[in-house]
Amino acid sequence: MATILTEAEAKALLTKVLSYSKADECEVNLSGDIRGNIRYARNAVSTSGSRANQNLVVQSAFGKKVGTATIDEFDDASLEKVVRRAEELARLAPENPEWVGILGPQTYLKSNGYFESTAKLTAEDRAEAVAKSLELTRTQNLTAAGFLEDVNGYQAMMNSKGLFAYYPSTNINFSLTVRTDDGKGSGYVAKGFSDASKLDTAAATRIAAQKAAASASAQALEPGKYTVILEPTAGAVLMEQLFFSMDARSADEGRSFLSKPGGKTKLGEKIVDPRVTIYSDPTNPELPASPWAGDGQPQQRINWIEKGIVKNMAYSRYWAQKQGKKPVPFPNNVMMAGGTASLEDMIKSTQRGILVTKLWYIREVDPQTLLYTGLTRDGTFYIENGKIKHAVKNFRFNESPVIMLNNLETLGRPERVVSTESDGNYLIPPMKIREFTFSSLSDAV
Amino acid sequence: MNRRHFNQLLGMGTAGLVLPSLPSLGRSVAPEALLEPGLDVALKKRLADAALNAAKSKGATYADVRIGRYLNQFVITREDKVQNIVNTESYGVGVRVIANGCWGFAAAADAKNEADMARAAEQAVAIAKANARLLKEPVQLAPQPGYGEVSWKAPIQKNAFEVPVKEKVDLLLGVNAAAMKNGANYVNSVLFMVNEQKYIATTDGTYADQDIHRIWPIFNVTCIDAKSGKFETRNALSAPVGMGYEYLQTNPADKVTGITTRYNKGYDMLEDVTAAAQQARQKLTAKSVEAGKYDLVLDPSHLWLTIHESVGHPLELDRVLGYEANFAGTSFATLDKWQSKNFQYGSKMVNFVADKQQVGSLGAVGYDDEGVKTKKWDLVRDGVLVNYQAIRDQAAIIGEKESHGCCYADSWGTVQFQRMPNVSLEAGKTPLSVQDMIKDVKKGIYIIGDGSFSIDQQRYNFQFGGQLYYEIKDGQIAGMLKDVAYQSNTQEFWNSCAAICDQRDYRLGGSFFDGKGQPSQSSAVSHGSATTRFNGVNVINTARKI
Repeated sequence: MATILTEAEAKALLTKVLSYSKADECEVNLSGDIRGNIRYARNAVSTSGSRANQNLVVQSAFGKKVGTATIDEFDDASLEKVVRRAEELARLAPENPEWVGILGPQTYLKSNGYFESTAKLTAEDRAEAVAKSLELTRTQNLTAAGFLEDVNGYQAMMNSKGLFAYYPSTNINFSLTVRTDDGKGSGYVAKGFSDASKLDTAAATRIAAQKAAASASAQALEPGKYTVILEPTAGAVLMEQLFFSMDARSADEGRSFLSKPGGKTKLGEKIVDPRVTIYSDPTNPELPASPWAGDGQPQQRINWIEKGIVKNMAYSRYWAQKQGKKPVPFPNNVMMAGGTASLEDMIKSTQRGILVTKLWYIREVDPQTLLYTGLTRDGTFYIENGKIKHAVKNFRFNESPVIMLNNLETLGRPERVVSTESDGNYLIPPMKIREFTFSSLSDAV
Repeated sequence: MNRRHFNQLLGMGTAGLVLPSLPSLGRSVAPEALLEPGLDVALKKRLADAALNAAKSKGATYADVRIGRYLNQFVITREDKVQNIVNTESYGVGVRVIANGCWGFAAAADAKNEADMARAAEQAVAIAKANARLLKEPVQLAPQPGYGEVSWKAPIQKNAFEVPVKEKVDLLLGVNAAAMKNGANYVNSVLFMVNEQKYIATTDGTYADQDIHRIWPIFNVTCIDAKSGKFETRNALSAPVGMGYEYLQTNPADKVTGITTRYNKGYDMLEDVTAAAQQARQKLTAKSVEAGKYDLVLDPSHLWLTIHESVGHPLELDRVLGYEANFAGTSFATLDKWQSKNFQYGSKMVNFVADKQQVGSLGAVGYDDEGVKTKKWDLVRDGVLVNYQAIRDQAAIIGEKESHGCCYADSWGTVQFQRMPNVSLEAGKTPLSVQDMIKDVKKGIYIIGDGSFSIDQQRYNFQFGGQLYYEIKDGQIAGMLKDVAYQSNTQEFWNSCAAICDQRDYRLGGSFFDGKGQPSQSSAVSHGSATTRFNGVNVINTARKI
């Protein structure tokens, strides 16, 4: 059987699996994907590979006793065996007080995240994309190290209450570090698309090459508080820490940056600048995502932070029921609304500041204040009187995205970026921030 | 599975996570299946030969085959609830070849016959040939003798998979109850057990069958001050280890007493969680540190991570050469510094050894993932940089005649590459206890347990936090501190090393999730040290208001 099933094939397979069920409730999640990658370093290819995965997860429940079993072989005997196994585990399991049962049929938004251009990529196409990148660096005293990875996959689910969902999707991520041959300059670029025909590895390579050359004679600046312009690739890794932390249960339990004394939360309160709106929308054409969560809940367009105010937190179905709230699933995509300024406009309006193109090794220092540390990397520049004056040595920062978004000066136009920490794709605007805290210097290039 | 997924699993992260959906872990199985034997070694040899012969017949000049069965068990609880019990098994083969001077790799899940093996080998050769056009120079391997049919087993006393799940659940629920009884508001605890059954065959004539075990008991305690809304946490002072269930059977000789109890080859989880709940509560009212220069006294439960980041990583030869430039980064410890024979990495008392044989460590194996017998070698001797970590296709670059035996892949489905061996700081040669070390410190901080960590891509500038911080004033511990992190530069830091306790205090720490490569792979590695003193390190205060 093919790894990637059509909607009709997935439906037929899931119907068959459910026909074996004898449990009170049964839910089956099915997925398959084919991933291909190529990696290069020192201006030559190093490794490449391709891997196909398929997985079927059966969850059976007798009352509040729940068992889960998985399988990656789909013949009839294996399918019946996995259902029996899930039922056997359910009977042996202790009651799960947090089990709230399965959902009935749902209606989902339409979202197109599948592109033939990505699905049909071959090893030769990947090698050709890399050859275009290498042609540029090999002829310019530059050294390239990059990675290209594409995925073509689908997810489907069905349950004994009649819920059925199917979503096919594709994605390609390309990242590249270009270093000057003397090791004094380094530039980076990362691009993520659902539609591979939008990826131009030569154009991306020119961006990284330009940053590498421009950063080659970096000067040291004193650490301290600076106005910074965070390019979207830099901003994404701090913003995603905030996105990951919108869980209602942790906030209600008193162990989140959204908690308040006395068991209260900051829901409904202004926590950042009123120009900040953070939302999710599975139908966004720039960043399409599955319109349903793993438990079958529909994903809607939802504002997490609207005009600086906490509008929504993620409630699991159990926690929502316990708190008397509406369940809100964790989203499948996240975006931050922007302004109209271009990056050039933002530089022009800056008297004295630092342009940060990438941040690296982001780690939590204090969950209470969402304080994170990390460093600038692969191109950091000093701005004076509206112009980039020269490259500067890298800094370590200690900063909270919450404090940062209270010190907002300007938002630019959002663009799709790839997180260098999680590989997640987001829509993030360039941001100008005042009083960003750099606490020490690094000699790293 | 990576660090972030594991943190989510432990409830330290946010988004919920369904474990069976992590493809790297394989399929879920019954607990009894974890004790079933894998393929017979004669069958593995037959399968391996099928792949090696197919590779050679298609034009490969070198080939290796890894047949892997990877077993995991997680028991996950919070407070009085079992959240999940997961048993997973993943079986498959990976074939790596050199053809037209270029590496090629292909993997196959559930390969069970000669035809499956040959197909994977042919695919690997085809990929090598397709990529050869992007090569600058052909791969060169250090010479390697074949060892014939050999085997290696981790010297464990009790296979953790033989211990009934109920016993593990009872242990964790007991641990959670102790935390709650001692003032915790919340507690999460997990037992994570791994068994890797690996077979490697090479065209050099090695057929090595190996059985590797690891275990990691861990918890996270949270205490909240309802009035102020402040919360503090304290994680377990356990270490992930290359041991069986005997790690959880403690005896007094394995305990290091002092301001708080720390553990060596046996871990008392109940005792540690009791202390943790009280200490997390104490942290709520601890004094916020005054930023400035301090002498640091670092416990091995903390120092392992600083060693990992500032010594283990920069001395990985693939980073030094630029193979990791796009992700993990390169290294300040460049070849010219090593060639000078006088690069002072640390003070004269600093000696770092790489060791793939250390008993009880996470990195211990008999043979690495390209069939090289493992060994122990110096990285830094008397403070001077003397060597790197190299595998077969790198050895010639540093003038070595053989690989160091530190090649590793985290699954049958991923390609093996240079990974960090256990890298440890040798204990001091003259007798010195922790108490005597502290007696000498006028203004210092004693740090226990690992916390926040971050380092730049060439491993110069770093920042570390911990679990417990104690102020030292005029040779005495003056009380608990909080909001502490120290920042330094690798060379400056190790040159400020002023005293190392002796072998009696030597303990291992380690990580299950050392990440490197694209796609990223996790490797498990240990780092040993005794308590060590560093003079005049910059400490910052991390308290903020939002």
